Amino acid sequence: MKKNWFRTVCLIIVFLVTVYYLLPLVVKKDYVKCDIEVYDQNKQKIYEIAEMDYKLGSELYGIAFDEAISLIDVNDSLVVSGRLPDEILRSIDADIDYSQNQNIKVFALEKFSEASLPTWFSEKRLKLGLDLQGGMHLVLEVDTEGQSADVAESSVKGALEIIRNRVDQFGVSEPTIHRIGNNRILVQLPGLRDASRAKELIGKTALLEFKLLANNEDITQTVDAIDDYLENNYDKYAYLKTIKETTEEKSAVEETLFKTDDDLSGEGSEETDEKAEGEVADTTTAILEDKEKGNLFSSLVAIYGQTLVVKPENLDLFRKVVSLQEVKEIIPSGIEILLGKVSPDDPYGARQLYFLYDQVELTGAALKSADVRIGQGMDPKTAGKPYVSLEFDNEGARIFSKVTGENIGKRLAIVLDNIVHSAPRINDKIRNGSAMITGSFTMSEAKDLAIILRAGNLPSPVNIVEERTVGPSLGSDSIKAGFKAAIIGLVIVVLFMVFYYKTAGFIADIALVSNVLIIMALLTMLKATLTMPGIAGIILTIGMAVDANVLIFERIREELDSGKTVRTAIDNGYKRAIITIADANVTTLITAMVLYQFGTGPIKGFAVTLSFGILSSMFTAIVFTKFIFDKLIANKPRKSLSI
Amino acid sequence: MRLLKNIKINFTKNRKIAFIISLSLIVIGIVSIAIHGGLGYGIDFSGGTLFELDFTPADETIDPIEIQELRDCLTSNGYGDSNIQSFGDPHHILIKIIASEDVQQDQIEIVRIIQENFPEFTSDKEMNELVRRSEHVGAQVGEELRGKAFVAILISLLGIIIYIWWRFEFTFGIAAVIALFHDVFITLGLISIFNIEISIPIVGALLTIVGYSLNDTIVLFVRIRENLKIYRKEKYESIINHSINEVLSRTIITSLSTLIVVVSLFIFGGKVIHDFSITLMFGVIIGTYSSIFVASPLLVEYHNWKQKRSLKDRHHRSKKR
Repeated sequence: MKKNWFRTVCLIIVFLVTVYYLLPLVVKKDYVKCDIEVYDQNKQKIYEIAEMDYKLGSELYGIAFDEAISLIDVNDSLVVSGRLPDEILRSIDADIDYSQNQNIKVFALEKFSEASLPTWFSEKRLKLGLDLQGGMHLVLEVDTEGQSADVAESSVKGALEIIRNRVDQFGVSEPTIHRIGNNRILVQLPGLRDASRAKELIGKTALLEFKLLANNEDITQTVDAIDDYLENNYDKYAYLKTIKETTEEKSAVEETLFKTDDDLSGEGSEETDEKAEGEVADTTTAILEDKEKGNLFSSLVAIYGQTLVVKPENLDLFRKVVSLQEVKEIIPSGIEILLGKVSPDDPYGARQLYFLYDQVELTGAALKSADVRIGQGMDPKTAGKPYVSLEFDNEGARIFSKVTGENIGKRLAIVLDNIVHSAPRINDKIRNGSAMITGSFTMSEAKDLAIILRAGNLPSPVNIVEERTVGPSLGSDSIKAGFKAAIIGLVIVVLFMVFYYKTAGFIADIALVSNVLIIMALLTMLKATLTMPGIAGIILTIGMAVDANVLIFERIREELDSGKTVRTAIDNGYKRAIITIADANVTTLITAMVLYQFGTGPIKGFAVTLSFGILSSMFTAIVFTKFIFDKLIANKPRKSLSI
Repeated sequence: MRLLKNIKINFTKNRKIAFIISLSLIVIGIVSIAIHGGLGYGIDFSGGTLFELDFTPADETIDPIEIQELRDCLTSNGYGDSNIQSFGDPHHILIKIIASEDVQQDQIEIVRIIQENFPEFTSDKEMNELVRRSEHVGAQVGEELRGKAFVAILISLLGIIIYIWWRFEFTFGIAAVIALFHDVFITLGLISIFNIEISIPIVGALLTIVGYSLNDTIVLFVRIRENLKIYRKEKYESIINHSINEVLSRTIITSLSTLIVVVSLFIFGGKVIHDFSITLMFGVIIGTYSSIFVASPLLVEYHNWKQKRSLKDRHHRSKKR
């Protein structure tokens, strides 16, 4: 009797846990509140639906973002369906080209959940693998050939930091980045839209360089040269037409409040030449405003405070123009045009623009360390604020001292992988090989910069040795196919069991269905990822799960044949079958464990679902069905059993 | 309902026939592998690049793309070695190239060539719509994975022998493992005959077959172990035969239910796991066959051999005297 009490509690706990993890999958539906605006060719707003709610469907069958948007129907019944994770919601407000001549803008305002489940209720979701939701799987190898073990180790660690940093900036939801083996790094980017860009960003060698900013004359010359060239070769590039049209409206140059720039100064000296900065601002403004015609290129550039920026809507065009081989040839030699880094506050905002001299003054190889410090003293510009302190090795210190000594008052850009991270002004000759980058950093910005600088210090090449990309459409096709196969297989097996074992078969079916639910709950609970082979594993489990019950039922039949009573037949049948079931399942568990050890990605998923399947099927087929049988017999003594 | 009641098929009597069938299946497999010049490794194990491209045209009146046309185009651009086939839907095309010096570059290049030459199928698509899937494995990684897969299969077989040795007898373990090798060899032969490439999921399927077949064999062995204790006086061979008959209906029902879901996976599970489900299908059938016709008869063979030897020993000893 005591044992029965224990079993009942066990069953109730399993039932509650299953409900706890599965209910949110079924009940919860997400809403999003959006403004949707439709523009015509000339960017005139022709249609607007403000602050409407759109249902996004269950997350279990998550449809990728692309599909959600493609279902937008431009009439009164406007539908957005699909699954939009928070991370993607933030990026919706980009233009989406629609049916060639119309532009739709979607502004996501807020996300709501429909189900009124209490907040303490499980927030966990079943995570879908890359093969099911689309995305990218990369294995990178850090080339450590010829390096000593210590150096190789720090090369790999540095590369890991760089990649993590880059992926963070890329803004992918729930990326996985970790080290596998000695010198390999696994990167998984679910739901990724632009695989080639990601690959380029991640696979590139981190190269840290210090370069001087060009002076105003050179900038003017460069801008003029490009403007002239574009004006003269206007017919050659069809896309220039878009610039012409937008410049007609002539975007007003935005003036904002004076903003303090970063300073690069020898430690202890914090002098700034505000007057000089003012002049820079004036002249750069002049570069743009003095021109009356032939300003195709400069119209892509705006002034923000005292810095040149490229607005987000002009970024693509800007990149196209700058990457033209012809343009590279006509700009004054020694000048390089680079963009600043993406701002963490506003990832889709304007990008700063820099004109640099392409001569490399110093590389990251000369950097000894970079750390975040908090400023001391009374100066309001640095006191209590984080800054990045740099230290060069002997050779680096010598060069740095020379460069800073010769270029006081100029700005020195810190360039990582051709992106300018900051361009502080040189206030003093810095002799001791240590420098600091101050400015309006938050603590995490300063930390990031220090990481980039440290990481850039290790220029070991990184190669992509394995790459798998799955598009969102294939992913959702796979899910649909997998669920279809699972449900059809399940239904046939269920019918078969009822047909063959009658009432007992029905009991086994209840166990079978709850087995599938428990596997799903286990996967959700342990934050495992459901992959396509994982679904195959579940389907296979459905077939094999009945085995335990078949074994038990056959034993019971044998016992009944030999003339035992119903109760003894059931008890003996279970007792004898359990040994067989355990022996048979342990060997399958052994193979599942080996698969887990050996497998990568999808195969691991398969092994996990297979093991969960075996364990939970043993539970449901033995404990659960025995419970039902006992209840059946306890209520009214039976002479025969429908089996 | 009872499928089989009180049947008495003499499985062990005709075991020679079963051994001949098994051996000829294995030989056929080996011949096929030899003809194909070894097992066909997919890019997981050989290294290389694979794309699945979506050639669904925007304009529905356009005919699906001709594979020959695509092949000609790639050949004329220096990618003659590529393997091109349609993948289920006539609009979904699979392109495979073997590992080259710079696969990275090849990938970009091939997509560019296709975009230029077949604008009617590709122009209105974003990159991730055109490329439904792309996989690239470096040659060295492929080689490493091959080694790992081999080790994995060996480790799991070793684990199984030890477990069965512990639970039963050493001979049982050996018989079970011979049956497993038998299953794996025949399945590999069938894989070669059906031109399925060996990829990581296929290795997964092979290991699953090992697990499944073993499941079947052990259920039988448990019954044999039981019956050996109960019917001590009976002949070894008839006890085994008796045991097989006793669990036969269980074996058939379980195999049937597993086969149902595997077939459902094969028909409805989608193209991506097609090869995986075919392999499982073979495996379930062969695994069931081997536990009845290979593993248990092997026990009989061993028992007879041992008896003969002990008789001989006795004979020798009596002669000496």
